[in-house]
Amino acid sequence: MTAIFFPSPAQSGRLLRWPAGAKMAVALGLVFGTALVPAGWVAWFEVVTLVLVAVMVLGKIPPGPVLLRLLALSPFVAGVALAAAWHPGGTLDWKITALRSGLCLATVILLAQTTPFGEMLAVLRRARVPALLVTTIALMQRYLFVLADETERMGRARASRTFTRGRWFAWRTAATVVGQLFVRASERAEHVYDAMCARGWR
Amino acid sequence: MHIPDGFLDAKTALATGALSVAGLGFALREVRRELPPRRVPLLGLAAAFLFAAQMVNFPVAGGTSGHLLGGALVAALLGPAAAVVVVATVLIVQCFLFADGGVTALGANIFNLGLVTTLSGYAVYATVSRLLPGLRGRVAALAFAGWCSTVLAATACAGQLAWSGTVAWSAGFPAMAGVHAFIGLGEGIVNALVYVAIARTRPDLLPESGVPADRPARLREFVVLGLLATLGIALFVAPFACPWPDGLDAVAARLGFGHQAVGVLLPAPAGAVGALVAFGLAIGFSRLVVQKPPAGAADSA
Repeated sequence: MTAIFFPSPAQSGRLLRWPAGAKMAVALGLVFGTALVPAGWVAWFEVVTLVLVAVMVLGKIPPGPVLLRLLALSPFVAGVALAAAWHPGGTLDWKITALRSGLCLATVILLAQTTPFGEMLAVLRRARVPALLVTTIALMQRYLFVLADETERMGRARASRTFTRGRWFAWRTAATVVGQLFVRASERAEHVYDAMCARGWR
Repeated sequence: MHIPDGFLDAKTALATGALSVAGLGFALREVRRELPPRRVPLLGLAAAFLFAAQMVNFPVAGGTSGHLLGGALVAALLGPAAAVVVVATVLIVQCFLFADGGVTALGANIFNLGLVTTLSGYAVYATVSRLLPGLRGRVAALAFAGWCSTVLAATACAGQLAWSGTVAWSAGFPAMAGVHAFIGLGEGIVNALVYVAIARTRPDLLPESGVPADRPARLREFVVLGLLATLGIALFVAPFACPWPDGLDAVAARLGFGHQAVGVLLPAPAGAVGALVAFGLAIGFSRLVVQKPPAGAADSA
């Protein structure tokens, strides 16, 4: 289940070697264009679709996982589209909205699959994004999976030790796991700082 | 509540983007000035923590489950400016690495979840915890802050969708605010439970136990960021104070008070009653989870 939500790391392929800045600029252009062009510009949507298909062919990206993630991320789109279709108060055509969202989603998924995250961060740094923000993003990306695994382990340990005694009890234990997670994250932050200093940070 | 691409028009994307860049920029400046270097990695770790904490499921009726939103909790744990940076980081990574939340809507998402939840949460938390003493007071304050921040963020979100012409205000606002009035209760409970869990194991990690209450710098960062958030909410929500359900309009017209009065009249009492109920629940709840205030420990917060 989580495999659908977690992106696979950037695959090997011709596109991987292209400069990250260019890929990001093209992806941003496609996303902003798709989200903001007037609904009548059908040609734009066709061109974007063609570009995305070309990227998948060039990058040898299997379409299955991309489609799965697209579906997994779509409930909100479907929900709002449905609500909009129900209430004719808004002036929008929900089919176009769903199309826009789908294409933008696919663009971002493909960008993440063809560009290593570290290279994206380097581009941000060169673009004069404040260093503190880039450091924070880098640290989050580095420890994201560590803490996610830790959460899963703590949850499993809890589940194997306690029988579920109703919802209230489940909430209390889940909240304890979250609290414990914060404690461990804070402790880890201390170690990380020591390690950063030992390697000459600042 | 992550808005995807395609739901906001150019003016909304631009306005929310500008507000978020201003807010995040100011928060970064404050954090760089305020935070001791030792605590810098904590921002990244706290962002990873928030992301992982959102994976923990809290079972709700009928097999569905919810998760922590966390803006108010992080603001209470780390202070408003650091919380803005942490939540914005989570949103940026979710957007580009997990394609969760749109790129053109990133500004709106940072505004709603990064600025509105953290600042409204912190405002409510700081005010209420000053009125009610002790750990029990802080827990009640945080529970209420969780509710307020959730409802306010949902309102801002409905305002942006309406401003873009995606979902009409008359449909979007009652749906968003109504649903989130209940989600907010859950959020408040989870915030309080997590806070109590931390207080039980590592009370030294909670800012109130060590640091004397609000320093002037914190007040300044809070005032500037709070003004930004208020400005944004006024921008997105104010234009829709009028178009409420037609039947009410008709009644109002017949009774003689103007078109505009309805928009102000109806949500205000409903909101006030909701807030009062939530506040009462928060106080009761804090008595439930925090047993007797420890006799010896002098809690000056």
